[in-house]
Amino acid sequence: MRHVFAVRIGPVGFRVGSDWRAPVAQLESLYRDYPAPADGIPDFTVRLHAARPWRRVIRPAVTIGGDYVIPDAAPLPLRLGLLAAEMGMNLQMALAQRRYLLLHASAVERDGRALVMTGLSGAGKSTLAALLMARGWRLMGDEFALLDPETGLVHAFPRLISLKNESVAVVRAAMPGGRFGPALPDTPKGDIRHLVPDAQAIARMAEPARPAVILFPAFGHRRDMRAVPPSETFVRLTQASTNYTALGEPGFETLTRLVTEVPARAIDYPDAESALALVEAAWEAAA
Amino acid sequence: MSAHLLIAALRDPACVTALDASGWNALIAAARAERLIGTLAERCAGLRLPDAAERILADARFSAREGRRTALWEAEATRRALAPLGVPVILLKGTAYAAAGLAAGRGRAIGDCDILVPKARIGEVERALLAAGWEWVKPDPYDDAYYRRWMHELPPLIHRDRDAMIDVHHTILPLTARVTPDAEALIADSEVLDGGLRVLGGSDMICHAAAHLFADGDLAGGLRNLWDIHCLIGDLGTDGLAARAERHGLREPVLRAVRLSHHLYGTDVPDGWRHLRPADWLFRRRLSSRDGWGRATNRLLEEGFYMRSHLLRMPPGMLARHLWTKWRKGHRPVA
Repeated sequence: MRHVFAVRIGPVGFRVGSDWRAPVAQLESLYRDYPAPADGIPDFTVRLHAARPWRRVIRPAVTIGGDYVIPDAAPLPLRLGLLAAEMGMNLQMALAQRRYLLLHASAVERDGRALVMTGLSGAGKSTLAALLMARGWRLMGDEFALLDPETGLVHAFPRLISLKNESVAVVRAAMPGGRFGPALPDTPKGDIRHLVPDAQAIARMAEPARPAVILFPAFGHRRDMRAVPPSETFVRLTQASTNYTALGEPGFETLTRLVTEVPARAIDYPDAESALALVEAAWEAAA
Repeated sequence: MSAHLLIAALRDPACVTALDASGWNALIAAARAERLIGTLAERCAGLRLPDAAERILADARFSAREGRRTALWEAEATRRALAPLGVPVILLKGTAYAAAGLAAGRGRAIGDCDILVPKARIGEVERALLAAGWEWVKPDPYDDAYYRRWMHELPPLIHRDRDAMIDVHHTILPLTARVTPDAEALIADSEVLDGGLRVLGGSDMICHAAAHLFADGDLAGGLRNLWDIHCLIGDLGTDGLAARAERHGLREPVLRAVRLSHHLYGTDVPDGWRHLRPADWLFRRRLSSRDGWGRATNRLLEEGFYMRSHLLRMPPGMLARHLWTKWRKGHRPVA
C-alpha cells in the first residue's frame, strides 16, 4: 500500500496501510509518542483503500479492510479517514483477539489497581475515563479492557480516546493542555474528537493492573449508586465482551474469577461532578 | 507475492526461520486471507521464531483448537437431532476431517457443519432439524425455491441458540451442473466413526474436495481447499482414486487437483499425474495471487473465475434467467 503506519498500543501491534496520505499523517502525529510493534511484526493489519481505483481521487471513499472485516461495512468519506483507521483497529481486536478476554470498557489505574467501567454506548465510559485521567489516574484505555486469562490482570490498551458530541467540550474544559485530534463532525456516531492519552498513560502502558472495582455508569439519571451482584455482573459482562464465546472455557473461567473477586456497582449520574464523586466513593468503599 | 511465501511455508515450515519482519507480515497477511493461519501455526509449532510471530501463531492454534471443539460439538448436536430417524448422516469437509482425525483437520478453520444424507429422506431430516431448533436463513422465496429445485443442498439453516449454520446436502454438485456424481455410491461406501456419524470413503473424500474446488466454486479460498487435497492424499493415498473419479464424472477436476497439489505443495502422486497442463497455469495464478497486505492482486482473473463458476453451475440460458431475476431484486454480483 502507498502509505504505511505501524504502532504498538499496550501489548498489541498494528499496521495501517492507506491509499491516501492524510489518514496516515494524522495517525503519525497523534501516535507520535507510541512505540513500534514488537519485533517489527504487528498483530493485525488494517487497510484503508478505495473501493474502485478512481475513487482515490473522485469523491474519495475509504473502505475499511484488513485481516478480519465485517462484509458490507459502509465506506466513509476521506475527511473521516482517521476515524476509519480507528474503526479498523477496533474491528481487528473485536473479531480476532484471542490472547485476552476483551471487555468493551474503559479502565483507569491508581496504586496498581484498576477501575473498570462498562455500559451501553452513551453511558459516559470515555468521558469519565478522560476526566479521571485529568485528575491524575493512569488511563488504561477507553474502548477495551484486556483481561489476561492466565493472571486475571487487566492489560492497558490506551488508544486515542474517542469523545463524542457534548463530551468534547466537557473534556476540553477539564484538560486545557490536552492534545486533541481534528474535529470530525457528522460521523455515523455523531461529532467525534479524539484525545491523545497523557504521557503517563503511554509511558506505563506495558504495566498491567489487578482489577479492583467494576462500575456500570449510566448518564442522565438522578444521582444513585447500588451494588450489582456477581450473577448480574457476569451476564452484563458477557454482553460487553466481543470474544467471550470465541474463548470458550478460558473465557468462562476468566469472567467467573473476575466477578467473584471484584465488587461491582451501578452508578447513575446527571453530570460530570456527580459522576466523579460517585467514582471516588465506590473506589473508597472497595479499598 | 505473499501467496508463494505461504505455499513455501506450508511445504517446508523450517523456511520461516529465515524471514525478516516484512516477510513475516506478508506471510501472516496471506495466511489469514486464505484462512490458513491455523494450519500454518500447527505446521510451525516447535520452531524457534521471533516472539511476536510466536504469539500470533499461538493465538491461531488456540483459535483453531477451539473451532475444532465447537465443530465436533455441532456434529454431535446434529447426530442427536437426527438419531431417531435412523438415517445415515455423513459429515463432509472440515468437520469430517476433524472427526476422522485426518491431517487435513490440523489447524483447519471450520465454517458451517456440512452433512450428506440420502435424498429420499431429506424432508424428514429437514423437519427433525427444524424441530430441534434450527431456523431458515434465506427469507427470499426465489432463493428458497431455487435451492430446493436446483441445488445439491437445502437452503442453509442456522441454530437459534448456538448461531451455527448447517448445510444439508443430498449430493455434492448442483443438479444443474453437467456432471452428476453418484450420490448413492457416496453413501453406500461411507465409513462409520465411533459415535455413529459417518464420513465419505477415502477416494470419495478426495473426489468431493476436488469437485468443491474445481467443478463448483470460483476458487476463492482455493489454497486451503488444495491443502485439504494434499493432506488427504498423504493420509489416504491414490489407490483406486482414478476409477472412483471416473465413476462420479469427476476425472478432470480430480486430476487437476492432483497435478496442482503436487506442483504447489509437493504432494507425492503417481508419476503420470505430475505434469501440468497448459490451462493449469491459469488456475495456478488464480490460486497464488496475493500481495503482502493479503489483497487479491488479479481482479480480472478473479472475476473470470467467478463467471466460470456460474457457467459450470448451470447452462447459459438458465444462468441468464437467474441473473436477471437476481438483478431485478437488487442483487449485484461482485460488489
